[in-house]
Amino acid sequence: MRLRARSQRKVAKETTEVTTEGATKDSMSDTRSDLTVSLWRGAQQGRYESYKVPWRENQTVLDVVTFVQRHLDPTLSYRFACRVGMCGSCAMTVNGRPRWTCRTHVSSVVKDGRLKIAPLENLPIIKDLAADMRPFFDKWQRAKGAFVPARTRNDEIERIRPDGTARIAADAAIECINCGICYAACDTVRWNSNYLGPAALNRAWTLVNDVRDGANAERLQAVAASGGCHACHSHQSCQELCPQRLNPTASIAGLKRRTMWAYLKGEI
Amino acid sequence: MNVHLYVWQRLTAALMVPLVLVHVAVIFYATRKGMTAADILARTRGSIAWASFYGAFVVAVAIHAAIGVRNVLTEWSPLKDRSAGIFASAFGALLLLLGARAVVAVVLP
Amino acid sequence: MTMRHLSHRQSVLWIAALVHRLSGLALAIFLPLHFLTLGLAIHGEAPLESFLRWSDQPLVRLAESGLVFLLLVHMLGGLRLLVIENLPWRDGQKELATIAAGLSAVIALILLARLF
Repeated sequence: MRLRARSQRKVAKETTEVTTEGATKDSMSDTRSDLTVSLWRGAQQGRYESYKVPWRENQTVLDVVTFVQRHLDPTLSYRFACRVGMCGSCAMTVNGRPRWTCRTHVSSVVKDGRLKIAPLENLPIIKDLAADMRPFFDKWQRAKGAFVPARTRNDEIERIRPDGTARIAADAAIECINCGICYAACDTVRWNSNYLGPAALNRAWTLVNDVRDGANAERLQAVAASGGCHACHSHQSCQELCPQRLNPTASIAGLKRRTMWAYLKGEI
Repeated sequence: MNVHLYVWQRLTAALMVPLVLVHVAVIFYATRKGMTAADILARTRGSIAWASFYGAFVVAVAIHAAIGVRNVLTEWSPLKDRSAGIFASAFGALLLLLGARAVVAVVLP
Repeated sequence: MTMRHLSHRQSVLWIAALVHRLSGLALAIFLPLHFLTLGLAIHGEAPLESFLRWSDQPLVRLAESGLVFLLLVHMLGGLRLLVIENLPWRDGQKELATIAAGLSAVIALILLARLF
């Protein structure tokens, strides 16, 4: 597949009329030729614009967006970085679902030769397909999603057993790369502007389970307040759509238990 | 929703599970037997047991429903926390009042 | 931007949450009326009795079964949440949610059948 991608990019560099030549080359054995792609253009106010993109055998949605920007409309704004599913930058709404576009094959989402692509929901739009991630990260901070060390460099290193219950719980939730898909999918985020959201709360849960952390009193206060973990209704769109297969619903349930006991014991 | 409201809502919910099951069973029984108002009231009048049962049910449901309504208001209406809380408390008070009146109505000898 | 029809809303668990919310709202609206009719007994048996006779009508019986359904589905939906929040995570929740809704419907239908 890597070879195929490389040869596709080579084709793009050599010819200027990729639309026709590329399509003819590849479509000799392929009856489909073009995708109809609707892309959101503008900001909060805007409209969908339609483009025709050659339909190839191994093609991701990111390939499609890149094709539009490089060959059809250079004014298109979009965001990506690694293009191999490790950074989370390329997340967009594709045919109604938030996905990593670099890891979404066109063949798995295309409907009648059509794709509809928009920026992530629940976030302000900067331009076209680029959403403003700042509210997402603000809430991360508000949930106290940052590690606060309890020891200094002069203390002995804390020994953490990888098979300890707390560590297992933290490890199960730790691989979040802040792509924003869960936040975009969450209806409680949509309905409740105070709600910290699945990603921030998931991270708070990993820190609550980190015995090295010294800020758990503040953290539990933060997630027990209005808009914290208790606002979650367990719709579970987050865990259904997380590309890392994380489970924020379960993490949030853990936070609910932890804060409930802290409350009943008078600690918060 | 915060930890305080959450605890009260979940606790009243858990309390009401057995209450609901008994209540539904009672309704089944009464309709099956074709009981009249006189039959029903004969059983409930002067009964400490029924008074406690339905009294507890009324208190629990008033709290539970009020918190639920507050949640729905903050998410589906333009009202924010404070106004939603006021409206919901008023609704809870209404349920408490009407419910207590209903319990008294069937239990007073 | 008007993208309201996101496809994850077809998920069973999302629908379960919606049914839970709507049934709760319906019950909240019904309850004051329920309390008011019971309160008729304050004025003696006769007003309550005439209400019970009125509620013998088929349409009212149907509505009563509907209420039992709403109560059961709301309670089972709530139990679903209590399980998620307090017990170790379990997969297969979609199946459980569907069974819960089905069970409520069955019980409500049994009640309806017995009323006729």
